[in-house]
Formats: sequence, structure tokens, C-alpha cells
Amino acid sequence: MNAGRPITEEDLQAYVDGALDAGRRAEIEDYLARHAEAAQRVATYTLQRAALREALAPIVDAPVPDSLNLARLIEARRDRQARAWAGPWRNLAAAVLLLVVGGAGGWSMHGMAAKAPLSGVNALTQEAMDNYRVYAADSLRPVEMRAGEEQQLLQWVSKRLDRPVAVPDLSASGYRFMGGRLIATAHGAGAMFFYDDAGGNRIAMMVRPMTVDMDAPMSEHRQETAGQMVGGVTWSNQGMGYSLVADAPPQALHPLADEARRQIRAKI
Amino acid sequence: MKDMMQLVEPLIPPLRRYARALVRDAATADDLVQDCLERAITRWHQRRADGDARTWLFTILHNLAVSHIRQNRRRGGQVALDDAVAEPALSRPPTQEDALRHADLLRALDTLPEDQRAVLLLVSVEDLSYAEAARVLDIPIGTVMSRLARAREKLAQHMEGEPAGATIHRPNFGASIFRRVK
Repeated sequence: MNAGRPITEEDLQAYVDGALDAGRRAEIEDYLARHAEAAQRVATYTLQRAALREALAPIVDAPVPDSLNLARLIEARRDRQARAWAGPWRNLAAAVLLLVVGGAGGWSMHGMAAKAPLSGVNALTQEAMDNYRVYAADSLRPVEMRAGEEQQLLQWVSKRLDRPVAVPDLSASGYRFMGGRLIATAHGAGAMFFYDDAGGNRIAMMVRPMTVDMDAPMSEHRQETAGQMVGGVTWSNQGMGYSLVADAPPQALHPLADEARRQIRAKI
Repeated sequence: MKDMMQLVEPLIPPLRRYARALVRDAATADDLVQDCLERAITRWHQRRADGDARTWLFTILHNLAVSHIRQNRRRGGQVALDDAVAEPALSRPPTQEDALRHADLLRALDTLPEDQRAVLLLVSVEDLSYAEAARVLDIPIGTVMSRLARAREKLAQHMEGEPAGATIHRPNFGASIFRRVK
């Protein structure tokens, strides 16, 4: 009997859950017929399973409260987005008004000098966040080259950036490497690598050579645009800048950034 | 957003059931489900093309519930068990005896460690496959199996009226769950 495959505890559990194919099920039934102890246990688990479902059934049968009305939740999000969009325009209008009032009052441009362009680590962070917003939201093609072509991707990117580039492996933290792409910045070509977790949450790591802030410690950044918060952890090492970004608070990204930095140091 | 309505809406009642059985407090459970749905809406476009919506939503909800439970534990706040089971939605109208039996069972369920409770609920009640449960909990499938076996055994002992922590009458069971039965 059962010369091929021994009966395991897993089989008994799978029998309870109806997860076995017909052939195996018959083998288990045959086994249970001859082993009273196992049969007793399986019977208990089967009853338990049914009783649990019965005890919790009223929750599934109950009407869903208004707070969980999906259509309404989607609508609420749209409203929030619309309001967030209105924000920048309101600020612009206020700025124009200030300018007009200032001009009429014979004001100089005091305090209204144009913002200095970002540089170094701050520029890198901004570029990483901007690119993350554009590409991470793309469900079909966030990357130009997929994880399967990692070697070609690295050769290509290293050639374009004229530096060796390494891709950290974040799978131990639950993030699967998806692939990467080349991106354009005000400071030349950069590369962006994407990862996602089992929940489909995407994080990205941007890399580009630096001309200032050649060696900068990690700094955390967060930015809210159109109701979407993007966090980033940025650093540079030997003239190469790195920024890890995601729609998560930067504190949450910090351990991942530490891991990425450790691996890059070891690889390059 | 249309495919989202079609895929997600039917899952709301099961999501409520899972959250409720995991955190016990009805209001907290619904807050968690709401949080889960809001995240699903904002991240719908980030969903993996190869993943199915149910596993994805249960993963989001499970992570929210677990971090809630941990935070709650740190703060020392716990829902009183008897309050939770005495809620009208959990006691069924049919017979008094049924209601009592269910209350006992849910109380016993509550004594399981949360990782065993999660496996038992996902597999036994929500009908997730072992592979899907492994994905939701982010653990290997073998761990799903061993937790499931332990959860069932512990729950059975509880229902038999053995006090928690009593000697297991099958001494080998816990030590070698995957031993050959024959």
C-alpha cells in the first residue's frame, strides 16, 4: 500500500481543505479507514473548519457600511486630487497679486528673487522624485530593460554614465528587481532601477555621476505633490549619487538605502 | 476604475470578515478595511499584471492589521475578549446553543498566536490556496503548512477543554509535524 508516496501530515491538512486531487484523496481515505487516530483528528479538523466558517458567516452576510462604499471612496479620492491640483494655482495667483501690489506700492523685487536652481544632492533628489512619479505610475512599462536582461542593462547604463554601475539586490527585504531605464536630468544622463514587493508597491533607485557633493552622507527628503507623498533617501559616494525613492515616508526607506549602499560599496 | 469596481467590490465582505477575525474589534476592523481600500485605489495602477486582486488586497489588509496589532500591543491596549464576542453580529439568531458554541470557538481562536490565526483564517475560512496564503503572509509554503497544522491542533485542544499550555496528549506532534504518519 502507498508504495510510492508516504502519507504526510501535509496530506492530512490538504485533505481537510479539499486541496487534493482525486487520486491522492482516495489514498488518504484508504489510509484513514485503517488509522483511527488520524481519522479522528481529521474529523475534528473538518468540523472545526465548518464551525469557523459558520461562526464568521454573519460578517460576510451583513450589509457593508457606507464607510466602505467603494464608489464613494474612489470619488473622495478624486475630490482630494482635484483640491490638491487647485493648490499650486492658488499660490500662483497669490504671487501675481503680490507682484502687482508690490509694483503699485513702488516695491523693489525685495524677497522675490527667483529660487536658485538646485544642485548636488538636492538636485539629485528632485530628479529622482520627478522620474519616479512619471515611471513608477506606468503599470505596463515602467522599465526599458527587464530584470532578465540585467547584464545588458548594466553594460548599457555603465557605458552611458561612463562609470561602473551596480544594481543592489533587495530581495531579502521583500523587493523584487523589475529592471531599469535611462533617464534625462539637467545634470546629464542618469539611470533608474525599479523594484516591487508582493503588494505591488514600487520603489526606485536613481544613479548618476555628481559634480558637487561628491561624497555626501544619507539625507532624507519628502515631498507632497497632487496629494501624493514621495519620500527619498539620497547619498553620494566617490562622485556617484544615489537616491532611493518611493511613495513611502523616507524613514521607512532608510533601512533599504543602508542595504543598497552596503551592497554597492561591496560591488564597485 | 471600472475593472477595479468589478474586481474589488465583491471582496469587501470577505475582507471585513478577515479583519474582524484577526483584530476582533468591529470598528477597528472596518477602519482597517477602509484603509486597505484607499490604498488599493491609489495603488491600483501599481499592481503587478500577473498578481490577482484577491491575494493583493488580502496582503495589503494583512500588513495593515498586523502593524495595528503590534502598535496596539506596544501601547498595551487590548480589546476585551468577551465584549468582542458578545457583539450582536457574531452571535447568530438561530439557537442559543449555536451562539454559545460559536462564541467558545471564537474565544479559542483568539488564544492562538496571530501568525497561526492568520493562516487558519486565510485557508479555512477565506479559501485561499496554500500558495496564495504564503504570498499574503510572505512566508514559505512549508511554514504555511506547519502553522496550519499547529493552529488546528491547538484549537482542537482548546475546544476539548484542555487549559492553555497543558501537556499535549500526542507528545511527538509539535516536534515533528512533518514526520511520516506511516
